[in-house]
Amino acid sequence: MPTWSTFIWAFLVGGAICAVGQILMDSTRMTPGHVMSILVVAGAVADGLGLYDPLIKFAGAGATVPITSFGNALVHGAMLEAQTHGWIGVITGIFEVTSAGISAAIVFAFLAAIFAKPKG
Amino acid sequence: MSLVTKEDRLRYQELVKRERPARPIVRNTVRAFIVGGLICELGQVIQTLFIRYGHFKPTEAGNPTVAVLIFLAACFTAFGVYDRFAQWAGAGSAVPVTGFSNTMTSAAMEHRSEGLVSGIGGNMFKVSGPVIVYGVVSAFFIALIRYIIEHL
Repeated sequence: MPTWSTFIWAFLVGGAICAVGQILMDSTRMTPGHVMSILVVAGAVADGLGLYDPLIKFAGAGATVPITSFGNALVHGAMLEAQTHGWIGVITGIFEVTSAGISAAIVFAFLAAIFAKPKG
Repeated sequence: MSLVTKEDRLRYQELVKRERPARPIVRNTVRAFIVGGLICELGQVIQTLFIRYGHFKPTEAGNPTVAVLIFLAACFTAFGVYDRFAQWAGAGSAVPVTGFSNTMTSAAMEHRSEGLVSGIGGNMFKVSGPVIVYGVVSAFFIALIRYIIEHL
């Protein structure tokens, strides 16, 4: 069960990851697409080094809501499948954990495009 | 024969560099921190509700939470609210998973007029595609390296 400290750290860690993204955008003039890609790869590398799980344990949604957790979840799915099915699991398992995010984004984006008129 | 010499071009680039307004980095970063932090806080509240009332395990509550945030962001994008808010919040609204949902929804809506298949279908991943491509490619190699190291 998340404790009160999780709520505080969720704000601080989540805010800090977004602040890093903003600093990258402003100081290097990279496009948001570049910054998001860097953050995803950073999340994947952090999980590869075993650093992302402790961060989730301690900051809860502060670590699972930013896009870095997408990289983390991709690595996680691949490694989980690799443990049960051998090396082929690296390919078959990549989307295992991120299914919720990607499926939800595709379905809701599609529905929004069908039912809503763009403004402006 | 071009009328613009190399020196002209260099001088012009210098001028552009000098006259370009400096970005208010500190203000933007503070905004990104606060908005990003609040979105994560909302995620934490939703996650706690899933654990308490949905009987999810703490380790598994992240996925439904992300789905709910994506749903909310798609709704706000459809109502035209998210993009106005994003202009103020910068990376604070782009880095959380809600920003991922926003880029997909707005790309799909923007290209709706080009048709269901080539419009919505072909353009939905236009902006969010790089994130998926680099995420998957890096995850593949990292997981492979981990697998090889663990099985040596």
